[in-house]
Amino acid sequence: MSASTHSPVLKHHFDNLEQQHSAERLGMWMFLATEVMFFSGVFVAYAVYRYFFPGEFQFASSQLVLWVAALNTAFLITSSLTMTLAIRSAQLGDRPALLRNLLLTALLGTAFMGFKAYEYATDIGEKFVPGAMFRQELAEAEGPLAGMSHEQAARYEFPDHHHPAPWAQALAKTNAGKQPGDAGYLSPGRVELFLCFYYTMTGIHGVHIVVGIGCILWLVQQAVAGKIPRENYSTVEVVSLYWHLVDMIWLFLMPLLYLAGAGLARH
Amino acid sequence: MSIIIADEPRAFAPPPPEPPAPARHYLNNAYGVWSWLLTVDHKRIGLLYLVSLTFFFTVGGIAAGLVRINLLGHNAEGHILTDDQYNRAFTAHGVVMLFLFLIPSIPAVMGNFFIPMMIGAKDLAFPKLNLASWYVYMAGAMLLVWSVLVGGIDTGWTLYPPYSSRYSHTSVTPGVFGVFITGFSSIMTGLNIMVTIHKMRCPGMTWGRLPLFCWALYATSFIQLLGTPVVAITLVLLMAERVGGVGIFDPAIGGDPVLFQHLFWFYSHPAVYIMIVPGMGVVSEILTCFSRKNIFGYKAVAWSSVGIAVVGFLVWAHHMYVAGISYYSALLFSFLTMLVAVPSAIKVFNWTATLYRGSITFQAPMLFTLAFLVLFTVGGVTGLFLATLGTDIHLHDTYFVVAHFHFVMVGGMVLAYMAALHFWWPKMTGRMYSDFWSRASAVIIFVGFFLTFVPQFVLGYHGMPRRSPNYLAEFQVYNVMSTAGASILGFGYLLPGIYLTLSLFFGKKASANPWSATGLEWQTPSPPTAFNFERMPVVVCGPYEYAIGVDQLGRGLPEPPGPGSADDPASHDGPTGPSGSRNKETEVVG
Repeated sequence: MSASTHSPVLKHHFDNLEQQHSAERLGMWMFLATEVMFFSGVFVAYAVYRYFFPGEFQFASSQLVLWVAALNTAFLITSSLTMTLAIRSAQLGDRPALLRNLLLTALLGTAFMGFKAYEYATDIGEKFVPGAMFRQELAEAEGPLAGMSHEQAARYEFPDHHHPAPWAQALAKTNAGKQPGDAGYLSPGRVELFLCFYYTMTGIHGVHIVVGIGCILWLVQQAVAGKIPRENYSTVEVVSLYWHLVDMIWLFLMPLLYLAGAGLARH
Repeated sequence: MSIIIADEPRAFAPPPPEPPAPARHYLNNAYGVWSWLLTVDHKRIGLLYLVSLTFFFTVGGIAAGLVRINLLGHNAEGHILTDDQYNRAFTAHGVVMLFLFLIPSIPAVMGNFFIPMMIGAKDLAFPKLNLASWYVYMAGAMLLVWSVLVGGIDTGWTLYPPYSSRYSHTSVTPGVFGVFITGFSSIMTGLNIMVTIHKMRCPGMTWGRLPLFCWALYATSFIQLLGTPVVAITLVLLMAERVGGVGIFDPAIGGDPVLFQHLFWFYSHPAVYIMIVPGMGVVSEILTCFSRKNIFGYKAVAWSSVGIAVVGFLVWAHHMYVAGISYYSALLFSFLTMLVAVPSAIKVFNWTATLYRGSITFQAPMLFTLAFLVLFTVGGVTGLFLATLGTDIHLHDTYFVVAHFHFVMVGGMVLAYMAALHFWWPKMTGRMYSDFWSRASAVIIFVGFFLTFVPQFVLGYHGMPRRSPNYLAEFQVYNVMSTAGASILGFGYLLPGIYLTLSLFFGKKASANPWSATGLEWQTPSPPTAFNFERMPVVVCGPYEYAIGVDQLGRGLPEPPGPGSADDPASHDGPTGPSGSRNKETEVVG
């Protein structure tokens, strides 16, 4: 490897580029293992509660904005493709294509975050957040249904379809005329529990997306500065490994959070 | 050095000439604060960790002292702390010692410093990540220490909700955030060491020739990588619950606090193996060197480290026998806990067999190591009492548990850390410390430790609960004994602080290989130069060829130190010393 010994991208403590690149890749794979374990903790917790409280989880899931999640899934899958194309461009030493693919990936990631922000705003606007707001909104919906039987409540039309929030109307109607413990009764607390998962899981995932976008923009800066020559393409590969993992975690979050209740109509 | 095997004298290659002390070594090749704070040299980062850990060890030690002094009186009249302050003091002791001292201890100090040198590399695979890990550690540690000093944390180090979520009005949130941050430093160190061992070994350094210290740290890194993220997410969920006032461990909305215990112990039980396995690696290095024997059962010792790391992940619920888990899972976890004792016992038996017919000398590193063997064995065996379902119901949450894990964590890991520090101090600093005072400190620590914790076994067996400031009057005598022992122990810890510091200024200059050890790290000058090796080493031997007296480069060893060395007038006295064994028929074992 005498030729590569003098490569400007070879760090002093490695013997050759091959060793350097394989160390970088192994390091990233091990980091990905830690990421998998990080998310696995919350996946396990989700699985436990989903098993305990299937009805509430199905209901709460059905109240999320499915079309945003579907669109976001499309964004992320496409971004995985552009990221992989970026590796190919780096291997070929095609800098314009590398820049194009990296920027496209960052753009798709940003679009994901944009729609995610829109979705959060919708949820918060509907007071679909665990805590005092949730209970207050639900109490407002339960008010007009007080004393009605389950059948009467099912036929009741709220004067305003958007106030109290649709989820609160649906939950109040489901529970009208029932006591905790009755068949079909949905505990509001457990709906809140689902929401705790929804916000922490998507929140942590969002942080990972933002970090990923940051790394991709760093790659762009490196590529512009000419620091990603062909023999150093593994830098792009290492970032792409991370990006793919973040995408893949979304592919698990999507069905767990959004499709669990897709069989129920939203309104 | 010649060894007579049967009647035929065989002369081996003479020891390498003493390398000239380098004018520029890693300590003096740059000066100034920034040369330390921005260094990417693994050896300097090791020293940064050493200084920081010493500081946090002192903080945790002071908290322990407060707890022990408070326990002199059996009721509020004899107490120096209020009950609230007592809760904060033992929590401070727990979180600081565990998260800031024991978990980073040997991996971050000795691992950083010696893993590259032992495998013949110039540095760890990711030097900048290594420096970052120190900064991350310091940021988290400062936050945690600030939390325990200013607001206090009163939950115990286990942070169980709803103590820690709904009912604690102390600085739990910043403290937990501090622990969360230091977790990343642990992951960074583990990842760095693992990649380094995989990718940076010099020619000839096969897995079968890897020093057992590297095997131990490899296993440790495996736990750090797979365990730490789980506690990280658990702490994130805990913080979210505290900040948001509602969360997934909140029973008010149907959440399950026992789930926290599962997730917490999924990391925190393997974490006790993060704390002990590196110590086991140190013991394998020192025991062979000071008994001049090959390790007995290299493969068994190496793979038992990995075995502990793997099986250690499957035993967490033995902390929860009384938390309402089902009998069947308790039974299973009890069985698995017994199983994890097997690789630990394999190690202890192999070490004992290594000592058998060795030419043992008793310098300070060896004394600490022998103390480790005794104390770790006691700690391990009492662990089996707790692994047994029936006895655990009786002993759960008593001082028996406290005594058990202090035997393993302090008697095991802290003594291994001291052993490692004394073993490698000449290499790290280029100076020898006082022989007499170092041996004295080893003996004092051993005696103080025994006196501190043996009474606690008795207390626990008779039912004194842990974490309680008040106790029955008849327990007072044991508590006074324990506090007396703790004072001796504290004095024992002060001594190395003094004589090691003095050695930096007045110590005799250390030779390159003062213990006549075989590892690659001893083939560099003391202290080493910035890139460790002048040219790439090529390994031709296993790591512990003491029987035939060659180092890993296949060269002879210098005269071993101690009573056998040539400048010691007592060296030619008895047939049992090393000089005696040199002249008698030598049995090559292992």
